Amino acid sequence: MKELIKTLTEIYGPSGHEERIREVIKGEIAGMADEVRVDTLGNLIALKHGGGDGVKVMLAAHMDEIGVIVTHVDEKGFLRFAPIGGVIPHTLLGARVVFANGVVGTFGIEGRPFPNREKPPKIKEMYLDVGAADKESVPVQVGDAAGFQREFADLGGRLMAKAFDDRIGCAILIQALRELEGTPHEVYAVFTVQEEVGVRGAITSAYGVAPDLAIAVDITATGDTPEAHPMAVALGKGPAIKVKDRGMLAHPLVKNLLVETAKELGIPYQLEVLEFGSTDAMAIQVSRAGVPAGVVSVPTRYAHTPSEMVDYEDVLNAVKLLKAVLAKPIKLE
Amino acid sequence: MILILKELSEAFGVSGNEGEVREVIIEAVKDHVDEVRVDTLGNLITFKRGTGDSPLKVMLAAHTDEVGLMIVHIEKNGLLRFYKVGGIDDRILPSKVVRIGKDRIPGVIGAKPIHLLKQEERKRVVKVEDMVIDIGVSSQEEAEKLVKRGDYAAFATPFAELGDVVKGKAFDDRAGCAVLVELVKERYPSDLYAVFTVQEEMGARGARVAAYAVAPDVAFALEGTIADDLPKKKDTSPTTQLGAGPAITIMDRSVIADKRLVKLLVETAKEEGIPYQFKQPGVGGTDAGRIHLTREGVPSTVVSVPCRYIHAPACLLSLTDFENTVRLMKGALGKLTREVLS
Repeated sequence: MKELIKTLTEIYGPSGHEERIREVIKGEIAGMADEVRVDTLGNLIALKHGGGDGVKVMLAAHMDEIGVIVTHVDEKGFLRFAPIGGVIPHTLLGARVVFANGVVGTFGIEGRPFPNREKPPKIKEMYLDVGAADKESVPVQVGDAAGFQREFADLGGRLMAKAFDDRIGCAILIQALRELEGTPHEVYAVFTVQEEVGVRGAITSAYGVAPDLAIAVDITATGDTPEAHPMAVALGKGPAIKVKDRGMLAHPLVKNLLVETAKELGIPYQLEVLEFGSTDAMAIQVSRAGVPAGVVSVPTRYAHTPSEMVDYEDVLNAVKLLKAVLAKPIKLE
Repeated sequence: MILILKELSEAFGVSGNEGEVREVIIEAVKDHVDEVRVDTLGNLITFKRGTGDSPLKVMLAAHTDEVGLMIVHIEKNGLLRFYKVGGIDDRILPSKVVRIGKDRIPGVIGAKPIHLLKQEERKRVVKVEDMVIDIGVSSQEEAEKLVKRGDYAAFATPFAELGDVVKGKAFDDRAGCAVLVELVKERYPSDLYAVFTVQEEMGARGARVAAYAVAPDVAFALEGTIADDLPKKKDTSPTTQLGAGPAITIMDRSVIADKRLVKLLVETAKEEGIPYQFKQPGVGGTDAGRIHLTREGVPSTVVSVPCRYIHAPACLLSLTDFENTVRLMKGALGKLTREVLS
């Protein structure tokens, strides 16, 4: 599965620019679904028919990643930019970003050769440098978007890459589809767009799919690093089953389904209470007349930086958990 | 064209109280469209059948509401306490003239004369909680004969021509409404739903339900947007510039525009020699933010008339920009077919 993860994480795809990652995922799931379609906003929806009297299950993982968008090109060829999603300004210093056309750039701060350690930089005082000598030779324009450029690294038990948020969720969905032998359910694997700018793809795809039950697969934070904000989630202790985040309370039916399935199969798991952030499940649960929704989360360090870190066993166990849930009957009451 | 802009600008329509603006628009469009209706929240939804064989359903949205004030309390001495409706900077309020309620009772937001200001007060911003509207009465009883709690107040700004530039209140979004009034005068290949929405300033509430009802294939929001084009020390871009043509949105805080629609607009502008600009990405939000998330999703973008000093008593816009916005939209609507979206 590491090859798949490497492929997915290294692809370009800031919110609104998911065409490329969508094509790659389309290729990866070819032959595994009975129907594949792309909806109005660009969500990729793959349907695998069930063999029995199951329910309509929507699985969601988002294809988009955070990035920056050019707002202005100045006379000297420097670019000003706005964030796409939750960009952490100081992580841009020293980072490289790449545009759809392959142009690469890095960041600087006005008037400071070295960042002032007392004061975190603000995006308004930063600029993007693509190595152009003047305005005329800038190879991108206002409105063009760039994402982090960073190679996947296999550290053995742990993996490091950009955009594990949420390409790791995409990889888990793909792998679960691959390994799924049979299911009584109508399984809709939805690879959503624009999660990072407000779960927008999930809003429209959930309306379109109209599921009976939904599970998002996304990343969550951990509390296992030096002096970390207290959080009872750690790398390597299994996939996290969401109880609550800033955007939702997981439906007890889904949470319990995941917990019981993990127990039955002896899959390690952790319960997750995230004090900030949310996922596609937040939008899905309030779609139409309401959808019981939950989340399988991959514990991830350094989210929204170019070097996010996950534990490979957690990833494999998330696949196992998802597969097991899809293989068994689900009672909606 | 200038007459309808004047009439719309001077009409009162603080969010939740858009009736007067709606009436002006109904009068202006009723002879040009095939159907007119007002929905539950007060959105004015007009329909004009397209000439195409398999017409697209196109929704054009402009919001009728404006930012303003609401009376929340009448003091014993007859002064009125108020609350802001929509995004207004406290600093622009003192000493402005407003009109309150149906009878348009004039009032002044009182400010201490400079003679009485202490040194430290000069450096401080007066908060809205500390301001009052003075309607020239001296008791609660007298005040209650003229106004009541819950009455709306709007800025009292007469429309004026300063040359190519005109001045008025509420160009956000009466400029968009006026563009839309001009657009419905023609027939296009697509079925046109011109929707004049309510409560945009409170979170695009009208657009949300109107879009659900219309269920369009494509949507454009028409706006009066921020122009902050006065000279700056730094070489950074203005959000938009007056006189540089209609502003096309690529991304704001509420929507990532559909790339095909942006392309259609840019191509139309180039072909017809209409100046255009991109609104600086990442700033503001509009009805398109709600519309594009409706049902299974709607390809959407925003076209705006640049306006200086929005969300304040007096805005400025260029009539040339206004006319070019109408031209650009007419051209784009003429070319908008199913092929554009395929």
